[in-house]
Amino acid sequence: MTSATGTNLFRQKTNTIEKRSTPIRIVDQTFYWLTLTFAVGLGVVLTWIVLNVAMQAMPAIQANGFSFLMTTTWDPVRNIYGVLPQIYGTLVSSIIALLIAVPMGLGVAVFLSEDFLPPQVQNAIAFATELLAAVPSVVYGLWGIFVLIPFLRPFFNFLHDNLGWIPLFSTTPRGNSLLTLGIVLAIMIIPTIIAISRGTLKSLPPELRSGSMALGATRWETILKVLIPAGFSGIVGSVMLALGRALGETMAAAMIVGNTNRISISILDPGATIASLIASQFGEAGRVQVAALLYAGLVLMILTLLVNILAEYIIKRFQNVE
Amino acid sequence: MAETDKQIASGAELAGLTRSGTSSRNLFATGMSILVAVFTLVTLIPLVAVIFDVAREGIGLLSLDLFTQLPPPPGLSEGGFGHAIIGTLITLGIGALLSVPFGVMAAVYLTEFGRGTRIAYWVRFAANVLSGVPAILCGLFAYGVVVLTTGSFSAFAGGVALSVVMVPIVLRTAEEGLLLVPLEVRQASLALGANQFQTISKIVIPAALPAIATGVTLSLARAGGEAAPLLFTALNNNFWSTDPTQPIATMSVLIYFFSIIPYKPQQQLAWAAALVLLVIILTFSITSRVITAQKKY
Repeated sequence: MTSATGTNLFRQKTNTIEKRSTPIRIVDQTFYWLTLTFAVGLGVVLTWIVLNVAMQAMPAIQANGFSFLMTTTWDPVRNIYGVLPQIYGTLVSSIIALLIAVPMGLGVAVFLSEDFLPPQVQNAIAFATELLAAVPSVVYGLWGIFVLIPFLRPFFNFLHDNLGWIPLFSTTPRGNSLLTLGIVLAIMIIPTIIAISRGTLKSLPPELRSGSMALGATRWETILKVLIPAGFSGIVGSVMLALGRALGETMAAAMIVGNTNRISISILDPGATIASLIASQFGEAGRVQVAALLYAGLVLMILTLLVNILAEYIIKRFQNVE
Repeated sequence: MAETDKQIASGAELAGLTRSGTSSRNLFATGMSILVAVFTLVTLIPLVAVIFDVAREGIGLLSLDLFTQLPPPPGLSEGGFGHAIIGTLITLGIGALLSVPFGVMAAVYLTEFGRGTRIAYWVRFAANVLSGVPAILCGLFAYGVVVLTTGSFSAFAGGVALSVVMVPIVLRTAEEGLLLVPLEVRQASLALGANQFQTISKIVIPAALPAIATGVTLSLARAGGEAAPLLFTALNNNFWSTDPTQPIATMSVLIYFFSIIPYKPQQQLAWAAALVLLVIILTFSITSRVITAQKKY
């Protein structure tokens, strides 16, 4: 990406033998400015999205202020709005997803970047996980409702019956829950972690590995103490990107989490996420409530922007070191 | 790697260099290797399960009616979702019309004019951040910009929302494709007297066309499955519609609505729609892989 400006063929100052005719120069200049406009337009669109959502949320921001983030009421009748339960549900389901997806995804990335399998088989499995990422989230939602929830019921009952003294499992499982959503989110974000972590591990200089092996380290001492630390920023970057995706996932959340407006310490209880709140309430919302939903959208926007910018920064820094 | 192992193996004949299979370090290594192999298997299970379950539930329901009929009223059976297939195609078409020129032109700037410049750095940064913006927020954006302005939900608003989802994908893949076109090709074209516009539009872009096609296919695959951006823009429609100014039904939104209502026939239609959608999207994804494999230079 940091190619020298010498390769910037079309913007070089050269001593042209003869200047091109004016019409041709006009065409070239117009084309240049057109592409520049679209390129800059991308940044404009990003800014526009943030500002637009903020503007639409303005009435709710003025009415509710910061207490919006601390209140557990969502009352369209009295027009009192707060998204604390949704913020809680978003964070808890994403944390559950990360707890499952990070060790699994990283393990798969290691498995598919070492020489355990022939390269063709590695690539085939990596391709299969990429297809997993292409499955639409409504399809995961549908599958979650009709297949995964019934499938998980015995396990949830087991958790509750045997570990019910732990507050996390203290309520009777009812299918829709933050834990179910966390599991579905984990399935959805694992491909992201695999793809980027595997790419990072494969791009490490081979000298690192041979050096470590030459010093007598076993394969796993090399992986854990040399390769993973060396690729740490890439791996953290992939986890941040995956987190961003989990935080903003809408359809699977709306279909699986149960959309109940409360905070429960038990992850076997249904809950709500910011995105599921917006998706499930928008249809019936009046003017004031729409503004409140957009305020919720703004909170989600800030959350995901922070996570994504951090991910970008971490990955960029890694690439520069490389 | 394999070589290193062989070297170690041949050195193992020397006394003191023998690996002990029972030492704690080696046991740990073997254990970890088995663990990650198991992780890989476990990760693949949901993929197989999702595709298998959708195929199992949906395949028995496939019929011509699905593609030519409207859904039945709640509680009644049979019918189809032909209107939603049309709707998905129309919203995707509008999305592609908006995002492809946008993404390709921006990519041309990044690779042809702006290499190494600060503008290119920030544009790339914005594209990456934009690809991380949740799809639901793209929907809220299109709601604010199109729906509130025109006063009605519409297929066009849905297309705008989808185009925001698609642009970063088109841009990134088009950029990668353009970067692969060797510098010599551009130099040769310029040396023959072509101007910049001719060189880029007739030489560079055609050479990168497979990559651009990949990007478009990938973005279609991604956007085709999105329901969140369409909920507040294209909304839904129970009837046939091809009018971009009217609300329109789409496959993904139909799956969402039909899976959360307690009527068995509708739920079955949701499964059938999921199968059709999945087949379309996986075809797109696999096609894009095949196109990438054909490099021109």
